Amino acid sequence: MFSALLHTMVTAGTPIVFAALGELITERVGILNLGLEGVMLIGSIAGFATASQFSNHWIGLVAAIIAGALTGLFFALLCVGFKVDQVVAGIALTTFGIGFSAFIGKPWLGKPMSVPFEDIRLPLLADIPVIGEPLFNQDALVYISYLLVPIIWYFIYRTRPGLHLRSVGENPRAADTMGINVTRMRYVYTMIGCSIAAIGGAYLTMAFVPTWFEEITVGRGWIAVSLVIFSGWNPLVVIGGAYLFGGLDAATLYIQAVGTDVPPHFLGMAPYILTILALLFAARKRQGGLGPASLTIPYDSEGR
Amino acid sequence: MRVKIEKRLDIPRSLVILLPLVAVLIAFAISGVLIAITGANPFIAYAMMWKGAFGTTYSLSETIVRSIPLMLAGLGVGIAAYAKLWNIGGEGQIVMGAFAASGLALFYPDLPRPVLIGGMMMLGFLAGGLWAVIAALPRIYMGINEIITTMMFNFIAGFWVKYIVQGPWRDPVLVAFPFTAQFDKVAWLPKYFGTRIHLGLVVALISALIVTLLLFRSKWGFELRVIGGSLKAADYAGINVKRSLMLAMLLSGGLAGLAGMTEVTGILHRLQDGIAAGAGFSAFILVALANGNPFGIIVTGFLLGALLTGGTTAQTMGVPPQIADILQGLILFFALASTFFTRYRVWIDRSEAVSATVKSGD
Repeated sequence: MFSALLHTMVTAGTPIVFAALGELITERVGILNLGLEGVMLIGSIAGFATASQFSNHWIGLVAAIIAGALTGLFFALLCVGFKVDQVVAGIALTTFGIGFSAFIGKPWLGKPMSVPFEDIRLPLLADIPVIGEPLFNQDALVYISYLLVPIIWYFIYRTRPGLHLRSVGENPRAADTMGINVTRMRYVYTMIGCSIAAIGGAYLTMAFVPTWFEEITVGRGWIAVSLVIFSGWNPLVVIGGAYLFGGLDAATLYIQAVGTDVPPHFLGMAPYILTILALLFAARKRQGGLGPASLTIPYDSEGR
Repeated sequence: MRVKIEKRLDIPRSLVILLPLVAVLIAFAISGVLIAITGANPFIAYAMMWKGAFGTTYSLSETIVRSIPLMLAGLGVGIAAYAKLWNIGGEGQIVMGAFAASGLALFYPDLPRPVLIGGMMMLGFLAGGLWAVIAALPRIYMGINEIITTMMFNFIAGFWVKYIVQGPWRDPVLVAFPFTAQFDKVAWLPKYFGTRIHLGLVVALISALIVTLLLFRSKWGFELRVIGGSLKAADYAGINVKRSLMLAMLLSGGLAGLAGMTEVTGILHRLQDGIAAGAGFSAFILVALANGNPFGIIVTGFLLGALLTGGTTAQTMGVPPQIADILQGLILFFALASTFFTRYRVWIDRSEAVSATVKSGD
């Protein structure tokens, strides 16, 4: 029982892990992407459609990554190139992503994924008592997410490009003076961030659910955005928070399966209420302050 | 020779009108390509959409009906935007406004008609407004991003109304359906010209007038715009920022609540799931295209209503109705991008030497 619950907690949390890691990278470079929900949706249909077409989920994953990068390029073009208000641009990206994914996904509506990512049992690790089975009898994307968290943490805090990334987000003028190309950095990391977020969307359609329907993300993108704030822009905290939401999903499924008098609608509200509580909590603890100092501010190399 | 980008000091008026039009044209061109990919002829599809939106008296009236909630939600988003508050909780506020109005319609149908309709309006306004204020409290008192909290309230309101229509308020006759009983006829908004155009249109137009007066002719409106300009400046000027912001959210959500109220009492005549239909998000497009001008929002609301009504028509020729959603997103993208050209001047500098001297003297 506990093992099954833990297993679902991880799988339900994984889309949020990817989405929040992607958002964390873009925010670190000073770009607030509120269109995360749209990016995830585009990734989810790109992955599903391509995987179905080629009967290969790896090709689907690559398609989701490319679709995410292109979406990121477009978003960066707006926010960096045209210096558009990032909040409104993010809302536009959400609207666009909902419509675009529904448009592309019409032929696949409600169809099951023919080649989903299957669980792979890792020998030795899965033999660890209690936690081994639920954590290490998962699909490949979950393992990728396990690796991605420390890699991104190490990259941001321990490498030179990571230092540049942070400096662009904190003080773009100083970074510019040091010879860092602020504009190029913002383009590149917005694209990388959106690619990773798109994997989160693809995880829903290719492993977790696994089917396609409209607005399959049901707010996970927004939950991921708030999780980044809650985490104090730290990847290691992100994964814990994501599994907390995953656990809530798992608990809801379990309670429904067991049968209860509580209407399912109230259980459904839980993740959104928890998101608000998490934000309140983060504000009280002043975790990570207010985030990268240049967040949402376009950089003008000639302005003062 | 190099491309130079300079901040503009003043915005040429011609650009303010011209650029949104160019933005809309580019959006149509791109979605035309998408339509062509689905195998339909984009020109015929657009012609169908035009006919579906304006072709007959009926379609024109349907366009107006469709635009009423958009206008109201747009005014709501617009008023908050003047204080740099991003209320993306319109969807939830619409739903809560509809819920409160439905309660009165379902349980007090014996009230005299003017009292009933006036009461539904007040309840719809208050429910939407309070829903918005609660969502914005963390922002006003703790500086927590209101975008996320208002968004989360959308989901909560959505589940609440689903519960209401499937549970306690479910239609006792048609039990299989997720909606309430039909309202008594006295609770229906009056309709005009033998079409479905209802009192909501008048409500929207009066709201635009009131919003204009409040924003540009009242002390509070002035204060709100100061807050939008600089929170610090507003604080120094002794403006009660918290109170002003709360009032802005009350009005913002209240207008969205009115949109929900007019939708259930004017069109559906019963409460059901999914009544907001994206109006809370579309509102941002209206505001961006109208540059926040309340009567501009009425105009862009009408145009977007036409786009959505036309999009529904295009379905008949196999074009997915989602094309209207895509167009909305694209129009907003390009409208936003176009504001770059009102803020910056782009020109090609041919005189290398001169620009170099200017630069050194900079």
